[in-house]
Amino acid sequence: MAKGFVSITVERCKGCGFCVEFCPTHVLCLSSAFNSKGYHPPNIVSAEKCSGCDLCGMYCPDFAIFGARYAR
Amino acid sequence: MNETTLEIPYEIPADAHNPVEPFLRMDRMPHIWCPGCGIGTTVNCFTRALLDSKADLDKVAVVSGIGCTGRVAGYARLDSFHTTHGRAIPFATGLKLSNPELQVVVYSGDGDLFAIGGNHFIHAARRNMDLKVICVNNLTYAMTGGQTAPTTPSKVISATNPYGVFEPSFNLVALAEAAGASYVARWTTYHVKQLARSMEEIFKKKGFCFIEVLSPCPTLYQRRNKMGDGLDTMKFYKEVSKVRHGARTSECELTKSGEIVVGKFVDRERPDYFELLRAQMTESLGDRYAEPEVSCSEC
Repeated sequence: MAKGFVSITVERCKGCGFCVEFCPTHVLCLSSAFNSKGYHPPNIVSAEKCSGCDLCGMYCPDFAIFGARYAR
Repeated sequence: MNETTLEIPYEIPADAHNPVEPFLRMDRMPHIWCPGCGIGTTVNCFTRALLDSKADLDKVAVVSGIGCTGRVAGYARLDSFHTTHGRAIPFATGLKLSNPELQVVVYSGDGDLFAIGGNHFIHAARRNMDLKVICVNNLTYAMTGGQTAPTTPSKVISATNPYGVFEPSFNLVALAEAAGASYVARWTTYHVKQLARSMEEIFKKKGFCFIEVLSPCPTLYQRRNKMGDGLDTMKFYKEVSKVRHGARTSECELTKSGEIVVGKFVDRERPDYFELLRAQMTESLGDRYAEPEVSCSEC
């Protein structure tokens, strides 16, 4: 069971890849699918590894992604 | 790239929300900043710092000048003002003097604060006005097309120096220290946690505080110099930056591809403008000096 989760607002993403590069547990990868503006948003590849540290949320310049921990 | 769907493979809790959203005017999103620009990242750090410092948001004001970073005032859901070019610090000074309860944050770019507004910057630092200045430094005039700015390092290709910049550039941290700032730090957009902590520190500190944040400008600076996109610049920051707290600011010059010294360089106590004003007026006027009343606390 993952400790945390990430939530992505696909339409706000501009595909810079900061979240994919700097995720400490490598939860994300850039998708080959497009959003309506033609950017490749990140895709969740290993959700179980997410620790909910929200580093992706701090890096995202477009406010399109955030991470949080599940309430216990 | 190996997936073709954008499905999130689990349920997002209903009460989850992006912690930055309450601080932004979401009706203005998406913002105008280019893909790979670091200004949004600095805004994230700013909002995390506001959250962690538990600041009273009714008492925080953001003042910006003109430029890419100048748009922050328009996007922040706080009392904010988008001033004319270079005049963010004079406006913020007036705001602080008329309502000393306010926490005034000047959020602007290097072109605005150090080119047209350079004089205002050094004099606010000299007076030690209680302002928190956050300067997002992308080493160029980004909004007008990538011309040479006072911060552009030598050998860089810019719109106005197609054969390379030959002018010496400003070392912003040394300038701020020499002018008299109480707190001087430099981070890059790669150092998000440190930057957020630094911003939290300046909310608690009295006097003129200055943070320089190096940020990628993939569209104009990195493209002309064949330095890749925003992500390549972030990796470059990760590779070449060295944290050296308390380093001598005169040795922290920025170059095109050399080491970037980051950290907190200056943290000192100096009497701020209000203390000096009060001391001088009490000394010369004695009982006749009355503190000015702030009458706009309800408005």
